[in-house]
Amino acid sequence: MCGIVGLYLKNKKLSPKLGELFTPMLIEMTNRGPDSAGVAIYRDPVGKSEIKVTLAHTDPAFDWSAIAGQLTDLHGKTAAHKIGNHCVLVSKASEEQVRAFLASQAPGVRVVGAGHVIEIFKEVGLPRQVADMYELETAHGSHAIGHTRMATESAVTTAGSHPFATGQDLCLVHNGSLSNHNSWREWLRKNAKIEFQTENDTEVAAAYLTWKLREGHSLKQALESSLTDLDGFYTFVAGTADGFAVLRDPIACKPAVMAETDDWVAFGSEFRALASLPGVDQARVWEPEPAIVYSWGKA
Amino acid sequence: MTKSSNLTLDVQKDGLRAINQRLQSIPHGSNETNWVLANPQGEHALACGLMSPIRVEIMGTAGYYCAGMNKEASVIVHGNVSTGVAENMMSGYVRVKGNASQSAGATAHGGLLVIEGDAAARCGISMKGIDIVVGGNVGHMSAFMAQAGALVVLGDAGDALGDSLYEAKLFVRGKVKSLGADCIEKEVRPEHLELLAKLLAKAEMKADPKSFKRYGSARKLYNFNIDNAEAY
Repeated sequence: MCGIVGLYLKNKKLSPKLGELFTPMLIEMTNRGPDSAGVAIYRDPVGKSEIKVTLAHTDPAFDWSAIAGQLTDLHGKTAAHKIGNHCVLVSKASEEQVRAFLASQAPGVRVVGAGHVIEIFKEVGLPRQVADMYELETAHGSHAIGHTRMATESAVTTAGSHPFATGQDLCLVHNGSLSNHNSWREWLRKNAKIEFQTENDTEVAAAYLTWKLREGHSLKQALESSLTDLDGFYTFVAGTADGFAVLRDPIACKPAVMAETDDWVAFGSEFRALASLPGVDQARVWEPEPAIVYSWGKA
Repeated sequence: MTKSSNLTLDVQKDGLRAINQRLQSIPHGSNETNWVLANPQGEHALACGLMSPIRVEIMGTAGYYCAGMNKEASVIVHGNVSTGVAENMMSGYVRVKGNASQSAGATAHGGLLVIEGDAAARCGISMKGIDIVVGGNVGHMSAFMAQAGALVVLGDAGDALGDSLYEAKLFVRGKVKSLGADCIEKEVRPEHLELLAKLLAKAEMKADPKSFKRYGSARKLYNFNIDNAEAY
């Protein structure tokens, strides 16, 4: 069992309140997933010549400014903004340069996500603690996707928590389990040159979507083809820089409910996750049908 | 007996367990028959295990297993319900004004469940005597292994309707996407029109009984073959 929630703001005026609206949704899903929580926030796009990378280190006192300083010297202006035990790095360097530098100079640092818009924060612990650590309640942004985890397919670790990101600005959260993730991991490693950080099944699904997007598919098309390629039971919620999409497996094993108003569209594993949203009483509320991709924005 | 006025409980303030204990402990013949549950906020297990002929109105959307194991009580939900509404109901009446998620009326032995909107997958799974009337559509695998009772659908049915069915009677007015194993369309005889008319009236739904098709078990699966009786 896991809990997943997503909130996509259709009314841009609400963006200062993203965290205020989203945090209660995540916390309401605590008893579906009390062992870890994570959230992807889409906010503050960086320039075309810049990259935004979310990093994590087990030591909360880790010196991120030193990393930023070294990267500035090597590759161009880099700024580090520490949030909890994560850091959002904005750099003139390329993603490859940042990754290569970290691998050789700071092997204890994990890359949690990268792109121009996405920031990802995840950690073991109760969703309340995780939300507090990453200042979720005051976060602004255009959309957010969150996950509360009860681990089944791999260990309770920060790296095993969701959301998973394998491509720029793409993230995926998942409730369920996939049965053919091993063969796809090997195939993607070999043929799409994707590197994996964990043995987790969801990371494979995220990598699969990354590969499809790279091949020129839209998020919606990538999810549609996952229906034939990925085997197992799942409810997926995926985000891109300016899109948001939902897919349930063909027999709808895992719960899902959606609500939409003129101002927002929201996803929850259960309705109670949506009950605190303003205007939910008047919202269109429905259960997504199995094997149908629902998408908003430029998905 | 004069009709008692409504007694209101607030799900968020009074708490689920206290509310259910209060409702479950009302004896037969009590004057406290009309209850309103405010602020349900999708809470699970609301109005479960009721055992006397009281009326409970839930003023919003309820979570999982709402009105589960109901006996004699009437539960009206002014919103949607999540998984397993009226699961294992023994008798009484449950009405959902909105939509229901999967497994509505699962394994229920008796009573009447009315869903004004749509019901999702597995509606009436393993039903054992309950009557279910759905104003909209039902999802895939509805009435899976249904044993007794009637499922009446005014809209459409999803894939694999009535898979591995026993003696339950299925009536669908709209399209059936596909029939499950051993489920076939059957002739609608006068007694079926009579049953439909009775159920539609009880459910306060307007539809012409003649506009429904009937589906039931072909009784061809392994378990129906007398030569296999020794295997059980």
